[in-house]
Amino acid sequence: MKERVLRVQDLAVHFKMREGGLIRSKTHILKAVNGVSFDLNAGETLGVVGESGCGKSTLARALLALIKPDRGRVLWLGEDLHKLDEEALRKKREDMQIVFQDPLAALNPRMTVRDIIAEPLWTFFPKMARVQVGERVRGVMKMVGLLPNQVNRYPHEFSGGQCQRIGIARALVLNPKLIICDEPVSALDVSIQAQIINLLRDLQKKLNLSLVFIAHDLSVVKHISDRVMVMYLGRAMELSCRDHLYKRPLHPYTSALIKAVPVPDPKIARAVSDTGLTGEMPSPLDPPSGCVFHSRCPYSVKRCELEVPPLRRMENGDWVACHCAEELDLTIGKSG
Amino acid sequence: MSLLEIKDLDVGFDTPDGEVHAVNHLNFSVKAGETLALVGESGSGKTQTAMAIMGLLAENGHVKGQAIFKGKDLLQMNATELNQHRGSEIGMIFQDPMTSLNPYMRIGKQMIEVVMHHKGLNKTEARAQAVEMLRAVHIPDPERSIRQYPHEFSGGMRQRVMVAMGLLCAPDLLIADEPTAALDVTVQVQITHLMSELRKKSNTAIILITHDLGVVAGLCDRMLVMYAGEAVECGSVEQIYYDPKHPYTQGLLNSVPRLDRPEDKELEAIPGNPPNLLTLPEGCKFRDRCPKAFDACRKKPPMQLDEERHAYRCFLGESS
Repeated sequence: MKERVLRVQDLAVHFKMREGGLIRSKTHILKAVNGVSFDLNAGETLGVVGESGCGKSTLARALLALIKPDRGRVLWLGEDLHKLDEEALRKKREDMQIVFQDPLAALNPRMTVRDIIAEPLWTFFPKMARVQVGERVRGVMKMVGLLPNQVNRYPHEFSGGQCQRIGIARALVLNPKLIICDEPVSALDVSIQAQIINLLRDLQKKLNLSLVFIAHDLSVVKHISDRVMVMYLGRAMELSCRDHLYKRPLHPYTSALIKAVPVPDPKIARAVSDTGLTGEMPSPLDPPSGCVFHSRCPYSVKRCELEVPPLRRMENGDWVACHCAEELDLTIGKSG
Repeated sequence: MSLLEIKDLDVGFDTPDGEVHAVNHLNFSVKAGETLALVGESGSGKTQTAMAIMGLLAENGHVKGQAIFKGKDLLQMNATELNQHRGSEIGMIFQDPMTSLNPYMRIGKQMIEVVMHHKGLNKTEARAQAVEMLRAVHIPDPERSIRQYPHEFSGGMRQRVMVAMGLLCAPDLLIADEPTAALDVTVQVQITHLMSELRKKSNTAIILITHDLGVVAGLCDRMLVMYAGEAVECGSVEQIYYDPKHPYTQGLLNSVPRLDRPEDKELEAIPGNPPNLLTLPEGCKFRDRCPKAFDACRKKPPMQLDEERHAYRCFLGESS
């Protein structure tokens, strides 16, 4: 059995939003992440997919203990991260790194590439010899496909794809066990996107990394994930093995997301008529009762408005939060 | 006859580091009712082409060539003459709906202004048209929505408002610059459907600027692939998707992650990075990244045209 590195249980992050002036101010609670649970094994990639406002970035931050959850636990190798004191937590961070969405914004423009990549080493191993630091920096630069003679350059001298490689090198320099990638390719051009996805996939195999790969559409995570979690308004709708999810999704929202990805083939693309989704995404401040997806779901029944469907395990080991999962056959490629 | 014909378009920018050649010798035409995609990655010059046509280049930009719209050259016109065409005969949808709508004005006022100016209607008539247009782009309760401010709409709704504004005066040509890039996939589908629906209804020609090959496949008739400011391939959507001639186009099509392909296959990325527009290489601009480059590529390949009007800028052509 594979070693479990991360266990998330019933994680919830709520934000308080104030509305109105001093006198008639009202406080709303925005439930950005609302009861998410999953496990992650060593060397496994979990894709997290959802549209803007579904809470995927908030989830990433809570996983790294960058924000405090209102409920639930994040267990890293069995230890609850949110119960640790600051110093102990800092030590844990050596094992967990993050790669951000906008590669240029995530790099300090006034630092050279060497300093950017070496900074985590200085922080965690202040006594490490200069030579050793230099060696390690050149090592990770090679790993991510940067040339060693680029160490003295500044971020603005690089293209977006190369900046993302620098960001990945910085994440790798401490030999982490887990990297959280928050939309690492959505700011990049298609031809470069593929380079970065392939790079992350190779690195993961080579270094036995665990990855949480966040994206807003399902096509990007397909090539890299072992399992995929689909989120909608702060809740996990489905958590399935990749091979099942793309062939026969269990949740109507997953199926809609799959159908919404445009296929670069004129004959297929023109034949696509609809995703089956109606309406707009509701405000996260005022989510629908019962199943949060019921207001847009083509299969919604009375029960969906009244009862919140729990994320439950199906026979094949996949997880879904839908009352009607057994009755629906959402096999992709079948009409209707 | 073509509605718009671009001849030998050059767009350059003076910068402290030298002149940037954003667009080089670009030629294409759009017929009435046709949808043409300008496809390319960032820096390929697709947006600057649109800006040049609309007379919206930045101050340090300069343009050469011709953009003949209904027999008249848009590039020779001054702002007053251009304004007779912009907004009425040529509509434009910008990429980011939040920054291109005025946050201080109710969307109704922004729409009514356009109609009153171009069509000479009075306020009541203009308002009725604006409401009608909002209804056409499936904005719920348009009578109420027209009194709202842009921030009260979601991203998808704002983009619909932009589409509505672009189409208000029933233009003959609509230039849409990445109209769906900032939107979630499910909203993107809605907007593309909306555009194809409206195109059928009003026979508007569309120039769709995008990097998303999936959107192009569903919406467009013809496409022009650009790389480093040059056209590298042009043809019908079928020709280019099923029989791409230029190695760059082939690379682009292979690098798109696709849901209808097996997942274990490694994505075929194009190696390297796009060239710096300040120091463009001689000869074929794609040479450094091209897996099939050979000696002849040191010279600039001419645009070749086969019998089916499929054009490509590569020496290899048929055999590639």
